[in-house]
Order: sequence, then C-alpha cells, then structure tokens
Amino acid sequence: MAKHATPLLDQLESGPWPSFVLDDLLGVLELSYKHGRTHWKHGGIVGVFGYGGGVIGRYCDQPEMFPGVAHFHTMRVAQPGGKYYTTEYLKNICDLWEFRGSGVTNMHGSTGDIIFIGTSTPQLEEVFYELTHTFGQDLGGSGSNLRTPSDCIGSSRCEYACYDTQAICYDLTQEYQDELHRPAFPYKFKFKFDGCPNGCVAAIARSDISFVGTWKDDIKIDQEAVAGYVGGEFAPNAGAHSGRDWGAFDIEKEVTGLCPTNCMKYENGKLLINTKECTRCMHCINVMPRALHIGDDRGCSMLVGAKAPILDGAQMSSLLVPFIKVEEPYDEIKEVIENIWDWWMEEGKNRERLGELIKRQGFQKLLEMTNIKPVPQHVQEPRHNPYIFWNEDEVEGGWDRDINEFRKYHQR
Amino acid sequence: MEYEEAKQLIVEKLTKKLKTKSKFYFNDLSKILGLKPREAKKIVNRLIQDQVLEYWSSGSTSMYGLPGTGKQASAEHEE
Repeated sequence: MAKHATPLLDQLESGPWPSFVLDDLLGVLELSYKHGRTHWKHGGIVGVFGYGGGVIGRYCDQPEMFPGVAHFHTMRVAQPGGKYYTTEYLKNICDLWEFRGSGVTNMHGSTGDIIFIGTSTPQLEEVFYELTHTFGQDLGGSGSNLRTPSDCIGSSRCEYACYDTQAICYDLTQEYQDELHRPAFPYKFKFKFDGCPNGCVAAIARSDISFVGTWKDDIKIDQEAVAGYVGGEFAPNAGAHSGRDWGAFDIEKEVTGLCPTNCMKYENGKLLINTKECTRCMHCINVMPRALHIGDDRGCSMLVGAKAPILDGAQMSSLLVPFIKVEEPYDEIKEVIENIWDWWMEEGKNRERLGELIKRQGFQKLLEMTNIKPVPQHVQEPRHNPYIFWNEDEVEGGWDRDINEFRKYHQR
Repeated sequence: MEYEEAKQLIVEKLTKKLKTKSKFYFNDLSKILGLKPREAKKIVNRLIQDQVLEYWSSGSTSMYGLPGTGKQASAEHEE
C-alpha cells in the first residue's frame, strides 16, 4: 500500500517504466498538483568542502509530511568528453547513487553533466569522497562559475570534426579547475566545443564562448562520387531521408540551389565551389558525404555571448575570432579566454551574462579588451549611426593644440 | 594587501552590514578589498578555506557570507 494516496499521479506508474519510484516524491507532486504551486525550495550553503559549486540545495517545505524528501539536494557530476562511458562505470555510479542518494538520475542535464537528483546533507561528502577517490570522478559546475565544459564526439567517431574537441575540452577543464569549482564570476559561464558547423552540442546557441570547427581551404570534391549521387548510385544524406519517396536526386534543387551564399554550381557534369564565398554551412557535405569532405587546413572559429532567454530574449553567439588553430597547448585560445574574463569580471554586473555585457558596452569594446583588430567578418550590417567618435589616441596630436602656433596662421 | 589585513577588513565590513544583508556577491568583496577580481579571488578563496566565509548558492548564482548568518532554507522551519 502506498504511503500517500496519489490519485492524480497513479497513471504515471502504469506501463513498463514507472516514472516515479519514491513514495514521498510522489506525495509532494500530488500535493503540488492539488495546491497548484510548488512545495520545493532551493538554494543554501550546502556543498562539499572547498567547492563552491556542484551541489544545489533543495528542500521540501512540508518536511513533516514528506520526511523522505525533506532534503533532496542535486549533485552535478562532470561528464566525460563526448559522454563516453564504460558499462562498468555506469553500474558503479548507479550503485553509489542508489546507496547514498535517491537512485534518481538525469542523463544528462542541459549543460551536459550527469545529474544526481536527491540526497541529504550528510551524504554529500560521502558521495564526493567515493566519486573522487574510487572512481576518479569530479563534480561539475553550478552557480557563478565556469560550468562543466562540454563537447561533441569530435574526431573519435566523426569524419567532419575539424579539431580534437575532446582534447581541448579536457585541457581547458583541467586548466580552469579554479574557475570551475570556486565561483568568482558575475554569473554562469559556459564553453562548448563543436567539431564542425553542424553543431551537435549547439555551442553557438548556448555557450558564452562557442568553439565551432571550421577550415580555411577548399572543400575536397570527388567528382566521380558527385556523378554517383547524380546518377542515383548513392542515397543522398547517407539515406537519412529514405523513409519516403522523394523522387530522383536533383543536385540543383537539393544542393547548389540551397547554398546560402550561392557559391557553387554544377556544370557539364562537374561541381564547382567558390571557396571565397563559402560560409562552411555544411549543407552540401551533409547531402553528399561520399563526394565532399571538409578541407585540410583546419581549426575553429570562436564566437561569444550566447545565452537562454531569461533576460532580454535568447541570443546566439557573435563571431569574435574567425579562424584559430587548435593545437596544444592552446595558448592563443587561452589568451582570448582570459582577456574576456578580465573584462567581464571587472565590468560585468551581478547576474549579467557575457552576451548582455557585449550588448551594453558594445562589440567594439570587446574587440578592444581582447586586442583583436576589427575585420569584415565582425560586421553584421552597415552602420546606422553616421557619426564617428574618435578616441584621443586615435587622433594625431590628441585633443591638445598649441594655440600660439595656431594663431600664427589664423586671425582671431 | 596582507591576508590578515584583508580578513579583518572583510569581517568588519560584512558584520557592519549584517542588519540589512547577510549574503554578498563576489563583486562586493572585491570592492571592499579594493583589488582586481583575480587578486581578490586569491584572498577570498583562502577565507573560505579558513572558514571565515562560506559559500551560498541558489544553483545559478553564488554568493558569500559569514558562517551562520542569515536565514538558510534548511533552518527556516527550525526556528
């Protein structure tokens, strides 16, 4: 017999995968449905010693009624690069969480961490000790700090990867341990690494610094394979849209005609691409993966300032560094990151994301703070303001002039 | 700035404000110390380690306070 009657929720427990397993958890939810408001509260001083993030305090405001969930803290566990696990590892952390916590997990949270949902304060240090000492596993980020960096599977399994996403993700995670665990930022800060512009981790939409793989030289074309697609020998999109009959493959309609910059044409049985105009949108490569391949001069673009729509609407990242080589020890990349942090830590208001600071102080200010020269790729549209405001150091002689020298040539 | 001097300054200022505020942003602390954020962070980290300060987090935002001050979610119903 269930501890609490939950007529509004009983349906959730039918079927092969019952959604909720804890009596008290169901009870709180039932009560919330009945009252039309939440009975959870969050935030507090809970955490593990020395870390300012990784644990989010959660309490029930009806602890007498639901003692099993009076404390129900969340723990964030840093996910491995590309989210690869061995079954043994998963079994182990599940056993740990069943023993020390509720057994309820979320694989994965939006930032990418494994989320352990529900434990009490005395269990936090125990879980942390086991994770770090037995499984070599760290907690992730929460609060006003660097959140667990996340990446796509990169070159481990994907031919489109323009750089080793997992290597740089791991390197920066190690390099910025202090920023990850000891919050001193105005608000959260996210890195995400996409190996190519297909953007499997959606870096451009949801990270303060998005690293998107790209290349500088020509897309490699195998004209024979192009002919194979045209002749119907190979299924376009590697057969991904084969669920219904779309008719014969039409390269003009499905590839060249959809190129966003009109940089390609198919003439006399040959596919031609004007690399100068190509924006690396990946469409043609995705449609004809056997025939087209990313170039060889590879690196990434760094974009900045994406965020979710909490304040002032959602924002995508803006291009800051059009192309940068991604090579160990990533010094050039770290320099850009640290210049951005110095600016944001000093000038950012409390709870202001980088994207909001860029809007408030201007993209030009960001260029100045990162010592990056303006290039055409930074320009989104022609300017609206006809005035040019010069800084004193941009004008020969500055604002001071010798009035006597001036009077020699100009009467009063 | 010497660590002991910084510690005294922080404790004094935070205690003074206790009537109205028990949690402080990192920015407030670096302003009290009059240091650049990176420099202030080194001192604040040590203050946490020495348990002069403690972290408070809502999950999305982190703040700092003197241990045992302010109302904590878990303690509310114990009053």
